[in-house]
Amino acid sequence: MKNRKYLVASLFIALALAGCAGEEAVKPAVDEKGAAPAQTAPAPGKPAAEGLSEQERMKAQRQAELRAQKRVHFAFDSSTIDDEARAIIEAHSAHLVANPQLKVALEGNCDERGTREYNLALGERRAQAVERMMKVLGVAGNRIKTVSYGEEKPLCPEHNESCWRQNRRAEIGY
Amino acid sequence: MLISSKWKVGRSRHPVYRDTCTSLYIASSKWRQARQGFKQRFIFLLLVTCNLLLAPEGRAVLTIEITRGVDVGTPIAIVPFGWEGAAPPAQNISDVIEADLARSGRLAVLSREDFVSMPHEDKDVVFKDWRILKAEALAIGSVRQAAPGKFQVQFRLYDVFKGSQIAGFRYTIGAEMLRSVAHQISDIIYEKITGEPGAFNTRIAYVTREEPPGVKPVYKLQVADSDGVNPQTVVRSSEPLMSPAWSPDSKRLAYVSFEDKRSKVYIQNMTDGRRELVAEFSGINGAPAWSPDGRSLALTLSRDGNAEIYMMHLDTRALKRLTHDAAIDTEPSWSPDGRDIVFTSDRAGTPQVYRMSASGGSAERLTFEGDYNARASYAADGKSITLVSRSQGGFRIAALRLDNRTMQVLTETSLDESPSFAPNGRMIIYATEVRGRGVLASVSADGRVRQLFKLEEGDVREPAWSPYNRELQYKE
Repeated sequence: MKNRKYLVASLFIALALAGCAGEEAVKPAVDEKGAAPAQTAPAPGKPAAEGLSEQERMKAQRQAELRAQKRVHFAFDSSTIDDEARAIIEAHSAHLVANPQLKVALEGNCDERGTREYNLALGERRAQAVERMMKVLGVAGNRIKTVSYGEEKPLCPEHNESCWRQNRRAEIGY
Repeated sequence: MLISSKWKVGRSRHPVYRDTCTSLYIASSKWRQARQGFKQRFIFLLLVTCNLLLAPEGRAVLTIEITRGVDVGTPIAIVPFGWEGAAPPAQNISDVIEADLARSGRLAVLSREDFVSMPHEDKDVVFKDWRILKAEALAIGSVRQAAPGKFQVQFRLYDVFKGSQIAGFRYTIGAEMLRSVAHQISDIIYEKITGEPGAFNTRIAYVTREEPPGVKPVYKLQVADSDGVNPQTVVRSSEPLMSPAWSPDSKRLAYVSFEDKRSKVYIQNMTDGRRELVAEFSGINGAPAWSPDGRSLALTLSRDGNAEIYMMHLDTRALKRLTHDAAIDTEPSWSPDGRDIVFTSDRAGTPQVYRMSASGGSAERLTFEGDYNARASYAADGKSITLVSRSQGGFRIAALRLDNRTMQVLTETSLDESPSFAPNGRMIIYATEVRGRGVLASVSADGRVRQLFKLEEGDVREPAWSPYNRELQYKE
């Protein structure tokens, strides 16, 4: 329920952003609460805005979906941000730039393989990789805090690649 | 009835071992001598501690299972020790010795059922009885109650073929030292027969993690005898604990705690119960390693933005940065002579083990096989290091000889980590996973003997083998 509320709220902000960022800015015709006008026919549960092109509406929705993802994942022994992670970090960064009162905590984590202290450093490197990208995208460094938990806080307890993939992550919290 | 780690911090200047009321009772004699002002605090601590007993600690004992042994070994007969006194002590010394030696892989302990005689005194030994059994060595002994709570332990070791005594000792000790003396006797027997010092009278530190359903996980830094018996909790927290490291005098443990939601390095003194926060710089604080003189700590900090190795002088807290590299540099370990530090770095793209002078400077790469070699630590003779090596897809324990750089992979499991040598260099203790659970295991330095240390519930990890404890010697 909370998630859904968040989704609706963040979609509104995304729409606002999309509007500002476009070359010919079109103010979305939505009220303060982000409710969509009744005459449009949005997908069930997904509000949409009148006055936006289909393309822009899709983009805003995509941004909101990306921002709902609070984790980015990494390959083994890597802190390289892949395309999937990049899109998520970009969406969060745009939101943070638009909301300068927010502070963001980045938490780097590793899977259980390899050694704990090396993973503590690797987790930090993952958090720092996200931090660096956010800074490039305009989020001030003093709004970002990084922490590494190494392999100490797995999300998924099993000893297989499907769990390991989930555990190799940076968490984005604000 | 769990207490938060925060609470523990506030009380950490008090006796360390707080798992049982009994251990506190022993500690209480010291407290009686202490100033009156302390008394009240002690009583408070005692009450809280007894509440903790509601969580049974009995299941927290590590049990040892020998998973691979050797058939060869010097055959030894250990006669159950004689007893003189009212009620025999709770600790059966000869059982402890027998279990120690059987685990060593170097001695073959003969079955008591075949013994023709059961001598306790020198005058009763008939060597012919033992030659029939093909025993090469014979150990006999007795325990006598010298005073209430005081015991006199005697033991003799014989060379059966020569018909002569190899060693003989007498100890006068309190009941709480009986196990320790049994381990010392094991050490003497082991050394006399193999020519190498034993490491039975040592301890291991490790971290346990339990997660009862519906409750926050509980992490404990514990210390137990080398056979897993007598576990005592040194630190308890609801956040992760890692990287325990023994001081050379084995009185202090440095470790990493996440109790403040990020890694910080602490030193726990196990003699007076004091705890010190030694590193809480921005970024990570981890990988503590003691210098052989016990005066400095090497550790990993990222205060300058990147994981680097530093040396901290413990008296002055002065910091010296030892590595300067954009890569991860971590997991320092000192050579026994204090001259060098081995460490893990991914400066060449993958984690590999390097060696540098303990004053910093250029580093020499030591490992070249495979794409992951990490967390090296020295054997006490300085001639080899043990490390985690990725081999055939699995993370295994390996030993690297420093003279000819040959590496031997010692294990066949796939999630092995945190290896450390026993102080005699014969065994390596490490953490691994068996059927989804974290367990400790040990392997002989030649890979031939293996054991598992299991907890009945929860995970156990991050073992560290103590140095020899000179203070536990009570020989006469």
